[in-house]
Amino acid sequence: MMEIGIVSYGAYVPRFRIKPEEIGRIWGVDGKGMGKGLMISQKSVPGCDEDVVTIATEAARGMMARAPEVDPKDIGAVYVGSESHPYAVKPTATIVAEAIEATPDMTAVDMEFACKAGTAGIQACMGLVGAGMARYGVAIGADTSQGAPGDALEYSASAGGAAYLIGSERVIARINKTMSFTTDTPDFWRREGQPYPLHGGRFTGEPAYFRHITSAAKKLMEAMGTKPADYRHAVFHQPNGKFPTRVAGMLGFSPEQIEAGLLTPSIGNTYSGSVPLGLAAVLDKAEAGDRVFVTSYGSGAGSDAFDITVTDEIKRYKRENAPTVAKVLENPVYLDYGQYAKHKGKIIMSE
Amino acid sequence: MSSVAREWREIPGRYNLEGSKCGCCGQVYFPRRDFCPKCRRDGIGKVSPYKIDRSGEIFSFSIVYESPECNSFLKPYAVALVKTGDGALVAGQLVDVDLEKISIGMPVRAVLRKLDADGASGVIHYGFKFAPAL
Repeated sequence: MMEIGIVSYGAYVPRFRIKPEEIGRIWGVDGKGMGKGLMISQKSVPGCDEDVVTIATEAARGMMARAPEVDPKDIGAVYVGSESHPYAVKPTATIVAEAIEATPDMTAVDMEFACKAGTAGIQACMGLVGAGMARYGVAIGADTSQGAPGDALEYSASAGGAAYLIGSERVIARINKTMSFTTDTPDFWRREGQPYPLHGGRFTGEPAYFRHITSAAKKLMEAMGTKPADYRHAVFHQPNGKFPTRVAGMLGFSPEQIEAGLLTPSIGNTYSGSVPLGLAAVLDKAEAGDRVFVTSYGSGAGSDAFDITVTDEIKRYKRENAPTVAKVLENPVYLDYGQYAKHKGKIIMSE
Repeated sequence: MSSVAREWREIPGRYNLEGSKCGCCGQVYFPRRDFCPKCRRDGIGKVSPYKIDRSGEIFSFSIVYESPECNSFLKPYAVALVKTGDGALVAGQLVDVDLEKISIGMPVRAVLRKLDADGASGVIHYGFKFAPAL
């Protein structure tokens, strides 16, 4: 059977940060306490000239730099998953594909499924590669996510993304199996034309995040005949630091297993970038033979679970050709709320 | 509002620094040009598209305090002449850099950023800016 998996990856997070106490200072609430409750000490903020196109491109260029033997013309598909595409109509994916010189003999589309559009893209690429329709596919999860001013989401909604080259040659991390669990669960949504999403508060927990992640994860482990102890690392969707820690415990994973891929405490929730970035941080450290368990979650709602094995190819892989997640997160620049409002385009300017 | 056709024509240069190279004398040009002023008649038909190196070093720079409208959110900011690995001199904005730490000879690389947008409804212009090398 054809071995399909990750051939290369790249990650990018903008350098700007804001702390929950600074957000709380504006709205008259205990921001520090809020951050502690969410297990978020700071979140990333895009630069004034950054958006999902530029974030996805930076991640994709890092991905290509690490796989110099791959001709971009052999990429048959580019999928960008996000809920903050700069255009409502005009694909992000075409711009990114042009920037990595994969055009024109390829297909491209933008995807949206709250926080899990990036992993849905990985599944779609696996299908294309497996069916022989594409030699390589690119799946990117990136966001400059929105949280209404003063809302709990404002303390977590952040910016970043990661890109994955999926193929069947020189695979550094084989995807042994992927399974999903999907239902119609309205826990979080944003209507067309609305600037900010709404959510069901506590409803986003048990019937949404926890039900979907545990269902997909259990189903996959059952199909693979594995148990949590069989995996060295685990990455779960990270809307905050609290949920993935709790869901890991519910499934029987230890805090040590989720440590390498848990980024939300220092960058916030990068939405579609969340699990892709967490997996990138794991792959930065992974060694041949490591087994990695991954489960994303997207509100609305669904989870994609992946069983991954790092291969010997990782020893030849040119990880050094692009910065690791840890390197990307070095030297942050802290913003006050006024600067943050400017960066997020919340200030109404004259025409 | 700028022309979308012009925007589209400039994509290879703006995204991937596609310039041109004279097949007669080897001179690299950016932005692209169809005529080599050194070889003149001898170079006609020999100038072809050429992707210049996306990395280079700062040849000269300046800090901008009064910006055009498109960069009003970014001021003060720096612009630089960057000497790329293949010797071309490219003018561009510097990003993700502390203004007081910029120096001549500093290694930089081209990144894709938003340059401007035609209002809230028009096309968004993307193109290269330079960030410190990794």
